[in-house]
Amino acid sequence: MALLEVDNLSKSFGGVTAVQNVSFAVDRGLVYSVIGPNGAGKTTLFNLITGVYTPTEGDIRLDGQSIAGVEPHALALKGMARTFQNLQICMNMTALENVMVGAHLQLDRNLIKAMLRFPGIARRDSELKDQAHELMRFVGLERYWNLGASSMPYGALKRLEIARALAAKPQILFLDEPAAGLNSMETGEIDELVRKVAGNDVTVVLVEHDMKMVMNISDRILVLDYGKKLTEGTAKEVRENPDVIAAYLGSNV
Amino acid sequence: MSVLKRQYPLMILAGVLLLLPLVLPNNYYYDIAIRMAINAIIVLGLNLLIGFAGQISLGHAGFVGVGAYASAILPSQFGWHPLLAMGAGAAIASTIAAIVARPIFRLKGHYLAMATLGLGIIIAIVIKNEAAYTGGPDGMPVAPLGLMGFEISGEKQWYWVLAAILLFSFWAARNLIDSPFGRALRALHGSEVASQVMGVDVVRYKVTIFVLSAFFASLMGSVTAHYIGFVTPNIADFFHSIELMTMVVVGGMASIYGSLIGAVLLTALPQALSTFEGWETVAFGSILILCMIFMPKGLVPTLAARFGRNGQEDR
Amino acid sequence: MFSQFLQFLFSGITVGATYALAALGFTLIYNASNVINFAQGEFIMLGGMLAFYFMQSGLSLPLALLLAIAIPAVVGVLFEKLAIEPARDAEVVTLIIITIGASLVIRGLIQIWLGKGAHSYPAFSGSEPIQIGGATLLPQSLWVLGITALVVVALWYFFSRTLAGKAILATSCNPLAAQLVGINTQWVLLVSFALSAALGAIGGVLLTPITLTSYDVGIMLGLKGFVAVVVGGLGSGLGAVVGGLLVGIIEAMAAGYISSAYKDAIPFILILFILFFMPRGIFGAQVTERV
Repeated sequence: MALLEVDNLSKSFGGVTAVQNVSFAVDRGLVYSVIGPNGAGKTTLFNLITGVYTPTEGDIRLDGQSIAGVEPHALALKGMARTFQNLQICMNMTALENVMVGAHLQLDRNLIKAMLRFPGIARRDSELKDQAHELMRFVGLERYWNLGASSMPYGALKRLEIARALAAKPQILFLDEPAAGLNSMETGEIDELVRKVAGNDVTVVLVEHDMKMVMNISDRILVLDYGKKLTEGTAKEVRENPDVIAAYLGSNV
Repeated sequence: MSVLKRQYPLMILAGVLLLLPLVLPNNYYYDIAIRMAINAIIVLGLNLLIGFAGQISLGHAGFVGVGAYASAILPSQFGWHPLLAMGAGAAIASTIAAIVARPIFRLKGHYLAMATLGLGIIIAIVIKNEAAYTGGPDGMPVAPLGLMGFEISGEKQWYWVLAAILLFSFWAARNLIDSPFGRALRALHGSEVASQVMGVDVVRYKVTIFVLSAFFASLMGSVTAHYIGFVTPNIADFFHSIELMTMVVVGGMASIYGSLIGAVLLTALPQALSTFEGWETVAFGSILILCMIFMPKGLVPTLAARFGRNGQEDR
Repeated sequence: MFSQFLQFLFSGITVGATYALAALGFTLIYNASNVINFAQGEFIMLGGMLAFYFMQSGLSLPLALLLAIAIPAVVGVLFEKLAIEPARDAEVVTLIIITIGASLVIRGLIQIWLGKGAHSYPAFSGSEPIQIGGATLLPQSLWVLGITALVVVALWYFFSRTLAGKAILATSCNPLAAQLVGINTQWVLLVSFALSAALGAIGGVLLTPITLTSYDVGIMLGLKGFVAVVVGGLGSGLGAVVGGLLVGIIEAMAAGYISSAYKDAIPFILILFILFFMPRGIFGAQVTERV
C-alpha cells in the first residue's frame, strides 16, 4: 500500500478551481516531486494535503486512513511535516528554539507541570536541546544556533525550516520550493540535503521550480497544469512527454 | 545553564522584596508597594497572553472585577468563607474566559480587540446595574480576609502576603516560558501556520493562556477587594483594562522583567501626578503613544538590545 | 402598541445615524491606512463639547457649529501626523494602542479644560415635538437624519464622481500601485483622517441637544460606532451606514422592550454574537488566507 494516496482531489475558491480531480499515490521511501508552471496549483495541493485548506471534493489517505479536512496539528501527530514557500519562521525566537518547536509533540506539554517546573520537563528539554543542535549541524547551520532567527540570512532560514520539520521525526516530509530564491551553489547544497533526508528513511514530497534539481533527485514526478494532472512518471518519462513540453513551452525542460 | 544561575533573577527579586521594608518610611509607601505587586501579578499573566502569545485583550479588568465582587458578595450575602469565595470568583472568571475564548480566538487583530473589549464592558455594566447585589455605582464594603482564625490586616501584613504571591508568580511565569508550553506560545505568535503544522493546537493554546490570565486577574481582584475593604465598579471598567495593557506595553511585551517594571512605573505614575488633577489621563495616553512610536517593544527589551545583551536569552 | 414601537424606532434611528457617521469615519481611516481608530469616539465628543463652548462664549449657532466641526478635523490631521505616521509599518496591536493613547490624550485635555460636567445647548429649531402616529419626534431628530443623509450622499458623490475621492479609493486598494500612478498617498492619509474626524464631530454636534455631552461620552459612542462597523463588515461604506442604523434601532428596541438599564450592554452583546457566528459581518466577504 502506498504511504500517501490522493483521490480525485478538488479545491475551488469562489468560482476558481485551483485543483481539479487530481489523483496520485506516493510510495514509502521515495522522493516524489510535483512540478508545473506558475499557478498550476502545486502549493494549493500541498495546503490541502497538510490540512491548511479543506478539500472541496475528493479524499486523501495516509497509511490507508482518510485525512481530508483533518487539522494541521492533528496531521503532525500522524507523522506529517512540511516547509513553506514563503518562509514561516518564528522571528521572535532563536534558531535553536525554532528547531525545538518542531519536536513539540514529543514533549510533555502540561501547563501545570511547566509552571512548577517538574524535573522531567527540564531534563527532557535539555536533551532536546542537544538533539536540535545535532539537527542544525545536519542541515549545516551549526554556526547560527544561538542567533535570533531574525538576524539570519534568507538561505539559512530555508534550511532552518527543514531542520524544524525534521525535528518532528516525520514519516513524510513536504518541501515547498526549498530552493526558491537561492543561488546555484546554495541550490546544490539543498539538493544534497534532500538526498540525505531521503536516505534517512523519510518520504519526501517536493514542489520545486529548479528543473535540474527535480530531474536529479526525484524517483517519480507529477506534472500539474491549470490545476489538473497532466502526467505522472519517472524523470525520463516526464521529460519526453510531449504534453509536458507543450505546457512548459519556452522554458528550459 | 546551571540550576543556581537560572534562579539568580528569582533571588534578586526575593532580596529586593525582603529589603524593601527597611526603606519604606510609612504605610503610604507600603500601600503603593502593595498596589505595585498586585498589578505586577496581573500583568505577568496578561503579558503571557499579549506579549508572548501575541493576542490582545482589552477587557481584562472585567476578570479583575469578577474576582473582586465574588469576594465582596459571596461572604457578606451568602455566608461563604472568603477563601472559598475567592476560589469561586476565579472559577467563574475562568469559566467565562473559557466559554468565550473559543469563538474569540478564531478572530484576529481588530476583531479580537473588539470582542475582548465588549466582554469587559458587559461585565462592567452588569456590575453597575445589579445594585441589589453589588451596591451599584457606589460600590460595597468587603469583609476582611481571615485564615484559620488569623485575620490579614494592615499594610505590613498584606505586604508580605503579596510579596510571597509575586515571588511565586514570577517563578512560575519564568518556568512556563522556558518550557514546551511556553515555546509553543511564542511560536504561534511568530507563525501560526508553522506552529500548527508542527503539531501545536493553536486555538487550544490561546484559550488556555487566556483562561490562565483571567484566573490570575480574578484572584488579584479578590485580593484587592479584601485589602482595600471596599469595591467600586471602577475596578472592572475599560480604563482599568487600558492601564493594565499599558503596563504590559511600556514594560515590554514578551518580557517577564518588563511586566514587573511596567507595573512598578505605571502604578507610581498616578501617585506622582495626583497633584495635577486630570493630567493623569493625558499622561497615560502620551506615554502609550510615545512608547509605541519610539520603543514599540517596550522598556526592558529595548534597553536590553541597546546594551548589547542578546534579547533572546534575556527574558 | 404600535405608537410605542414607532417611538423606539424614532429614537433608535436618531442615535443610529450618529453611530453611522462614526462608523463611516472608522471605515474611511481603515480603508486608507488599515488602522482601526479607537479615538473615533473622541471626535464625536469634541464636536459636542466645542459646539457647547463656542455657543456659551456667545458665538452665533452657524459659526459655533462650523468651528466645532473644523477644529476636530485639524485635530485629526495632527493625530495622523504626530502619532500614526511615525509608526506606519507597525503591527496591528501597536497601532490599536496608539489610537487608544490618542483617545486618552484628547479626553484628558477636554476634561482639564472644560471640566467634568454634562453640557447641552438648545436644539437648532425649537423643541416642540412633532406627533406622528401617536409617537413624538423631536425636530432635532430631523436635523440629525437630514444632515446624516446629506453627508452620506456627499460622500458617495465624492468617492464615485471626483478624482480626489477615487484617489483615496485607489490608495485603499493598493497603496504602492496608487503611488506609482502618481497619487500622493501622504495627502490621502491626511484627508482621510480630517474627513473622518469631521464626520465624528458632525455626529456629536447634531446629537448633543438630544442626549447631553461630557468629556467621557466619546468612548461609548465610538465603541458603538465600531460595533456598527463590524455589523456592516469592516471596510464597507454601505455596511457602515446600515450597521449604524441597525445598532441604533436594536439598542433602542432592547432598551424599550427588555431592559433600559442594560441599554449600553446591548451593542456589545450583539457584537459578541456576530463575531461568534458571522466573523466577517453581514456584508463582509469571505477571505481565504494565503500561505
